Amino acid sequence: MSSADLTSERDLPPEREATAKGDVAPERDGPRDTGMDDASLHRWLARTWRTPPGIIGALSSVDHKVVARRYLITAFGFLCLGGLNAVAMRIQLSGPQRGLIGPDLYNQLFTMHGVTMMFLFAVPIVQATGIYLVPLMVGSRNIAFPRLNAFSYWIYVSGGLFAWVSFALAMAPDVGWFAYVPLSGPEFSPGKRADVWAQMITYTEVSSLAVAVATIVTVLKQRAPGMSLDKIPLYVWALLVTSFVVVFAMPAVMITSTFLILDRLVGTHIFNPAEGGDALLFQHLFWFFGHPEVYIIFLPATGMVSAIIPAFARRPAFGHLGLVLSLIAVGFLSFGLWVHHMFATGLPKLGASFFTASSMLIAIPNGVQIFCWLATLWDGRPVIRTPLLFVFGFFFIFVIGGLTGVMLASVPLDLQVHDTYFVVAHFHYVLIGGSVFPLLGAAYFWFPKITGRMMSERLGRWHFWLAFIGFNAAFFPMHLVGLWGMPRRVYTYPAELGWGNINLFITGGAVLFFLSFVLFAFNLVHGALKGAPAGDNPWDAGTLEWATSSPPPSYNFARIPIVTNVEPLWAEREALPVATGLRVDVRELLISTVAEAHPDIREKSATPSIWPLFAAIAVGGTFLYSIFTPWAIVWGAAPIAITLIGWFWPKDTPEDEE
Amino acid sequence: MAFAAASVLSLQGCAGWQSALDPKGPAANELAWLIWFFIGLCSVVWVLVMIALAAPLLMRPPRRTEPLMLDASADHRKLRVVVIAVGLTAATLVGLTLLSFFANRTLAAIGSNAALTIRVTGHQWWWEVRYEDATPSRILTTANEIHIPAGEPVRLLLTSTDVIHSFWIPSLAGKLDLIPGHMNVLDIKADKPGTYRGQCAEFCGAQHANMGTFIIAEPRAKFDAWWNDQLQPAAAPTGDEAKAGADLFLKRPCVMCHKIGGTPAGGTVAPDLTHIASRQTLAAGTLTMSRGNLAAWIADPQGIKPGSHMPVVELNGDELNAIVAYLEGLK
Repeated sequence: MSSADLTSERDLPPEREATAKGDVAPERDGPRDTGMDDASLHRWLARTWRTPPGIIGALSSVDHKVVARRYLITAFGFLCLGGLNAVAMRIQLSGPQRGLIGPDLYNQLFTMHGVTMMFLFAVPIVQATGIYLVPLMVGSRNIAFPRLNAFSYWIYVSGGLFAWVSFALAMAPDVGWFAYVPLSGPEFSPGKRADVWAQMITYTEVSSLAVAVATIVTVLKQRAPGMSLDKIPLYVWALLVTSFVVVFAMPAVMITSTFLILDRLVGTHIFNPAEGGDALLFQHLFWFFGHPEVYIIFLPATGMVSAIIPAFARRPAFGHLGLVLSLIAVGFLSFGLWVHHMFATGLPKLGASFFTASSMLIAIPNGVQIFCWLATLWDGRPVIRTPLLFVFGFFFIFVIGGLTGVMLASVPLDLQVHDTYFVVAHFHYVLIGGSVFPLLGAAYFWFPKITGRMMSERLGRWHFWLAFIGFNAAFFPMHLVGLWGMPRRVYTYPAELGWGNINLFITGGAVLFFLSFVLFAFNLVHGALKGAPAGDNPWDAGTLEWATSSPPPSYNFARIPIVTNVEPLWAEREALPVATGLRVDVRELLISTVAEAHPDIREKSATPSIWPLFAAIAVGGTFLYSIFTPWAIVWGAAPIAITLIGWFWPKDTPEDEE
Repeated sequence: MAFAAASVLSLQGCAGWQSALDPKGPAANELAWLIWFFIGLCSVVWVLVMIALAAPLLMRPPRRTEPLMLDASADHRKLRVVVIAVGLTAATLVGLTLLSFFANRTLAAIGSNAALTIRVTGHQWWWEVRYEDATPSRILTTANEIHIPAGEPVRLLLTSTDVIHSFWIPSLAGKLDLIPGHMNVLDIKADKPGTYRGQCAEFCGAQHANMGTFIIAEPRAKFDAWWNDQLQPAAAPTGDEAKAGADLFLKRPCVMCHKIGGTPAGGTVAPDLTHIASRQTLAAGTLTMSRGNLAAWIADPQGIKPGSHMPVVELNGDELNAIVAYLEGLK
């Protein structure tokens, strides 16, 4: 095992020496991993990095893996709830003029379905996967800003509960996940339903922003020595680009929802045409977020595909640079397409045509990605295991969704299919094909890392075929029924339009698709309890998360690896070279330079704290209260301030030594 | 499997009277052609991608052993293939962009010489239809059913007084939103006489699903006769029951919202009932026009269209029958 002792290189910049005062010096001279034998190193690190015992300890955890696991389980729970919404809607639509569900409940159901799937499932689950994997893949001991990360989870879970408790009380939003004004405005949505939408959006996006910031800093500053920009794994690139998109897109929807609640709560007239406001402004703001949102969900999935394909094709991804540039291009272009959601609003024709061109343009970097993955697979007979099956499913389904997306990009064509079941089919092909199928593949792929056990391959194949057939049976016919004139968001339809049979068929497919998730849940539980032990690297994959044990210890890596290749485990078959020099008695991270990932400084990582939970309760309470009165902001400021002071209270040891 | 089933289903559904694939006017024709062209091209692209995906599985090349041992010349060849594929993708997309641009121009030209202008105002959950005319006495207001002369372009001015709706008759033209504070212009033309169904396409609240509309295209002479008929004040009630109904209509809350031309009833927040019995449907396409449906609708609007703004008016059986008898006579 070769080792580079960083203390002799750049670890201690000269100015650090100059400022070091007598009382700080002993603190800095705690035990380090340099030359320490493995057994005592593990003992030290385990004690330093452990999550404290007991309930308070669990609630104080700042371990990225613990937080990510909670996120994953919660998001899966919301997926099931959102799926149940969908099944209920499909049963109502299985025949014309069915009286099972009335418009009041139906409108809540489709709103909750959209809100849950977009804000409580898709975005959180892709971010949570990143919270788990990114620090491992870049060879760090924890995510940046671990308390902020813990805070984000509490905010997310309280936002989700807020929405679902409202639903249980029959006061869930019923204005669609997009909540267009004037329908969601004070005049046409009296009561609290639209307020629930507005505040729930604002605060789940706070959580999303927090994770994005932590991810960006982790990727840019905490990479293992040697992981220069060209050696960052594609999955990590995808999460980095996604996080930047989150940072620029989420504020747009937070402004939208905040303007809406201002209109509703304190009588501003931002969206009220009668008072000089404008209803279309809402749509511009919303879709300026809403379109990038699609890519926030899709880009991490492309990262998963880029991680799974090399492992089973037995070679590094073809066109690594092309794939990275495509990710970045998609990230930028995603902000230039929002108007294609608004072609039917009667915008000037020439301006709309510009957005046809930009919407077509984004197909090019997506095409580059598809072609590079195919080229990676051409090199040899791939090893076909469940994760790769789901990637094949992804190709089959997502390419259809992408191509129907090209159809929607055309202004005149869109005017026929906009707001019909054709669009419902399109975006389910994009989101389920483009994101859920890769996510399911990723679940099979990384489950062994998270739990130390394998999921059943046999059940996995059953799961795949059930999901694949169920999905296509449910969603493909929607293209047709949309072209036959069936609009979205209708709770029923007349018999004489002839949509009955096809809708019954769709409902059958939807039930099948739902059952595939029941099978998946069984496979998850079965694997976690009884799966075969996985070992560190069951797929013989090449990235750093496979270098540590399964599940990883609280400190991730006993010694920080040094990266020499984009697939470091393939390049260093015997053992990874490691860097030493980090303290073992306090939580210390190695901070590296942005481009070259030269080791730069050592930085403390935050210790467990209960304050993020308290802060989240204070913030959540304020938001909840604010749907009733604007004074909530005033009264809520005090507890929020107290919890934040507790959170940031100066410690008796200097926080950042180096 | 899904595809086989779907294609069987597609054969039976194409005849639907609300289908974008069954065009009855020049705009929908152009769009149907565009839809089929895009579908054809996209299918070819999809099949090519699937062939490329299946190739390494079907050709069964040897499995790779050493992941980092890459054949540089093979990768170089692949790079060339990828670059060509990206080039073809870009060229295709440019082509499709131009195609859609020119299709848009074709659509814009359809209504350039429209002689008739109709203002359509969206309401929760019905359509107010006003025929504009330079002579004020010829301005006509009706609801939900839009009569037009066949073979002539007609200009629709679309707006809303409450929330956003979207006007869509798939067999004639693409949809366009009705937005409060905005006025959109949609030109339509029906090639032949016929009844073309459409419905609101933008979610507009509780009864979005029951906000249907019809375009009824007729030969010019028949259309002119219809317009003249509709300009007449309401038919006077004949028979005792109908007379009692007319009386009740004015005494009960009906009069607060509805207008019946030639009577004191002048409400404008609900559909104009001057010639209600001449329409084919009730409650924006929810029920077909008949004596029984009229009675059902008046007796239980919230059961038929839950959440609609038509309140339940307490009427006994005789009163209900009287009002229905009166309305039934308003041809």
